[in-house]
Amino acid sequence: MADMPNSPTKMSARNVNVFYGEKQAIKNVSIEVGMDEVTAFIGPSGCGKSTFLRTLNRMNDTVASARVEGEITLDGQDIYSSGMDVVQLRARVGMVFQKPNPFPKTIYENIAYGPRIHGLAGTKADMDVVVEQSLRRAGLWEEVKDRLSDSGTALSGGQQQRLCIGRAIAVQPEVILMDEPCSALDPIATAKIEELIHELRGKYAIVIVTHNMQQAARVSQRTAFFHLGTLVEYGVTSEIFTNPREVRTKDYITGRYG
Amino acid sequence: MTEHTVKAFDEDIHGLRALIAEMGGRAEAAIDDALTALARRDDALAAKVVEGDKAIDELEAVIERKVVEIIALRAPLADDLREIIAALKIVGVVERIGDYGKNIAKRVPLISHRTSHEPLSLLPAMGQIAREMVKDALDAFAARDAAKALNVMARDRAVDDFYNSIFRTMVTFMMENPKTISESAHILFIAKNLERVGDHATNVAEMVYYAATGHQPPERERGSDMLDSREG
Repeated sequence: MADMPNSPTKMSARNVNVFYGEKQAIKNVSIEVGMDEVTAFIGPSGCGKSTFLRTLNRMNDTVASARVEGEITLDGQDIYSSGMDVVQLRARVGMVFQKPNPFPKTIYENIAYGPRIHGLAGTKADMDVVVEQSLRRAGLWEEVKDRLSDSGTALSGGQQQRLCIGRAIAVQPEVILMDEPCSALDPIATAKIEELIHELRGKYAIVIVTHNMQQAARVSQRTAFFHLGTLVEYGVTSEIFTNPREVRTKDYITGRYG
Repeated sequence: MTEHTVKAFDEDIHGLRALIAEMGGRAEAAIDDALTALARRDDALAAKVVEGDKAIDELEAVIERKVVEIIALRAPLADDLREIIAALKIVGVVERIGDYGKNIAKRVPLISHRTSHEPLSLLPAMGQIAREMVKDALDAFAARDAAKALNVMARDRAVDDFYNSIFRTMVTFMMENPKTISESAHILFIAKNLERVGDHATNVAEMVYYAATGHQPPERERGSDMLDSREG
């Protein structure tokens, strides 16, 4: 059994296996994601960290050959149960991807789209409030408030990624999953995203997949190391990076892997 | 130990270990030569030890720069990080060990050629234990050898016992021979310097143990400290 997070558990996975056809991508992973913490998933390419992240809001449902076994709960409720509304689930557990992927619409519409289909804003005035709040939380408001009708795709890469985070925030999620959110960004844009993650901590449970170990060390309180589909070690970030228990973790984070 | 994928990182670490080995070797030699100079009353050799301390100080500065560079360029983690931080702390301690050698050497010309009493004959044996502790602590560092580090810590007691014994003898001797009290004080300071060398070697061993294991060394039994007892 993996260690318990320091804060109350928001999401919990027990004995999760994921298959793509015959190939098993995740092997018997159990982990608790804390409510007030940033949890980082690290590991070499193909270790299963992104696959596992995607099980947390059923993104693997969109892959025909994917099959998920085991139990994953959100606030104790099984997200793979037949009664779970997947659209609602993905509003509660939002996702930000590697490459910024704003809709080819205005900045305003990028944010307003989700709240509109989820019925979160009744009037134009309500929607204006949602858009401003979301952009403020995403640390983008001051940069775009005078050009909300510009296209989202006209923004810089870092701004686009913060727009995508704002879009995820707009539907009032409880958990935000980030799959290598900074890998396409320069160091300054990366620092802004990391600062944003720091500010969002406590408001949302955050899980981030990253190839950048220094980033995992900087932004997270708990770190999980995946290797060949298994969860090798899960613990307090400061301990994982100064004194990991497992040799495989040590070899990976010190650059001795493979 | 498995090598780093980035070979230049291994080269950095090996380079750092070589510099520390060189610095440690010079500090050991300073203690050794200072005691030889004392035994032979060789003022020229003593002066050489004093002069040689500059090279030790320079090596400390070189290693400090190297450590900062490795942290900046390689972002070491886990046992690598612990080793690099230990290296930074260890060079400060080794520099002090070199200073003790210099300090002993400076006292050599102040002790008369005629002086010959028992404590003077104890100092080489005491010095040898302290010097071997320094050598073994630094060897343990180079090999990330926690067991060897523990062995060094265990030997500190022998050096302390030597010092306590010399202290008592010297106090008695000074009471009986007030005319040579200045010389006797110098001999006592030399013994104290060697006792401090043993303490510093022990500190190095503790840092090596932490770097190698990620844990503080277990509490060990310590030698009697005369400051804790009334008779001192």
